[in-house]
Amino acid sequence: MVLAVRLREAVSLADRFPLLAGVTLDVAEGEVVHLRGPNGAGKSSLLRLCAGLAAVTSGTAVVLGHDLCVDRQSLRREVGLLGHSSFLYEDLSVERNVVFAVRAARADVAGVDAALDRLGLVGRLRTTLVGNLSAGQRRRAALAVVVARAARLWLLDEPHAGLDAEGRTLVDDLVRDASRRGTTVLLASHELDRAADLADRTVAVVGGRVVVGELPGERRGAATGAAAPAGPAGGVRAADAEGVGCDVA
Amino acid sequence: MWRDALLVAGKDLRIEARSKVAIGQVVPFALVVVLLFGLALGPAVGRGSVLSQAAPGLFWVAVLLATVLAVQRSFAIEALDGASDGLRLSGLDPAGIFVGKAAALGSQLLVLEVVLTGAVALLYDRHLAGGLLLAGSCVAATAGLVAVGTIYGVVSSGARQRETLLPLLFFPMVAPILLAATKSWDAALAGTPGRGIGWLDVLAVFAVAYLAMGTVAFGPLLEDA
Repeated sequence: MVLAVRLREAVSLADRFPLLAGVTLDVAEGEVVHLRGPNGAGKSSLLRLCAGLAAVTSGTAVVLGHDLCVDRQSLRREVGLLGHSSFLYEDLSVERNVVFAVRAARADVAGVDAALDRLGLVGRLRTTLVGNLSAGQRRRAALAVVVARAARLWLLDEPHAGLDAEGRTLVDDLVRDASRRGTTVLLASHELDRAADLADRTVAVVGGRVVVGELPGERRGAATGAAAPAGPAGGVRAADAEGVGCDVA
Repeated sequence: MWRDALLVAGKDLRIEARSKVAIGQVVPFALVVVLLFGLALGPAVGRGSVLSQAAPGLFWVAVLLATVLAVQRSFAIEALDGASDGLRLSGLDPAGIFVGKAAALGSQLLVLEVVLTGAVALLYDRHLAGGLLLAGSCVAATAGLVAVGTIYGVVSSGARQRETLLPLLFFPMVAPILLAATKSWDAALAGTPGRGIGWLDVLAVFAVAYLAMGTVAFGPLLEDA
């Protein structure tokens, strides 16, 4: 088994404030993992760390084979993050935003049309400035970026928030399709039933740590946190799995 | 890096084409500054007037003030709805982002300088001589200004007091550029371009040094912003 995410006692600080207080987590490639936990538990920070946005202060963090203690920059082209913000430019059209993001990631712009169609961003919506969109339409545009970039790792922070019923079903379908293609998905959600239904397993994040223990959302016999999935016996390359660790004095 | 720079410059110029902030606000602001200097130091009658003598310095002070507005706008578009995170997440080469943002800013400032040159000639009663030196000084000084502006733009973008922090950081760093550009323009307008070549060299050195510094430092600064 190849690990997409391998964290060992990963700590992340914002100034002196601990965002993550020692997270240990393995996620296999192609796995869909639901992160649950109360507000302020560190779910968003964990996703930002996996995207290479939040710095690892100590511990080990290897994502898609990139050691985040050494280089966060090269990872970023390979991940798609749907955050609380849309990460879009208000004075650019939906289509221009998606094309910019795809070109920046050196992905194929031929996938832009399909991604916009899939997200229902058709007709005049494509050429509408993002600043003129509703919250739900912005969310769809941000999702179109994730889809069009063909990222290997999807990091979805409350992906159903702000969407109508059709949009929420669409998110579910997108995650299932991505999983079938072998994309790894980490999704943080308070919609426990919906997210648990999508996920191969659920892990709890509390106080900036992944907590091991049985959870109501746990499915398919998988354990939580560092205990699951199976270890590196399935063929994780040593360099990818270990990382150098980053201890900042 | 160059591919990423083109992508970022194209994005910034496209946003400017849509929002028209530079054309609709920065250029009029600079024109008002030039006009206010004229009211304060005028009237401009002949080459011996205070206004006519001070024209090169007033021109570059107006350009400096307008540059602050343009830099703030350039980084304000990255602050909306988490766009700066999007830029970091994009995977673009930070050096390419720096060069792209500086190039977009520079092209806007060069247009501004053309407009201001006409305004100075008209309002301050200065005959435009030494065209090559004037143009060369504009290009070299603008390159230095946008390099410093982009470096300190990203530094101040993460601060809560960004509106006041940027001018405080920016003006002391560009004082040598202001001095050299003024001297160079003075020589050109006086019809003695040979006196200004040395100052043009100084501008070129500052431009190269600041552009090199920005290319190296922009990545870590963007991460900390």
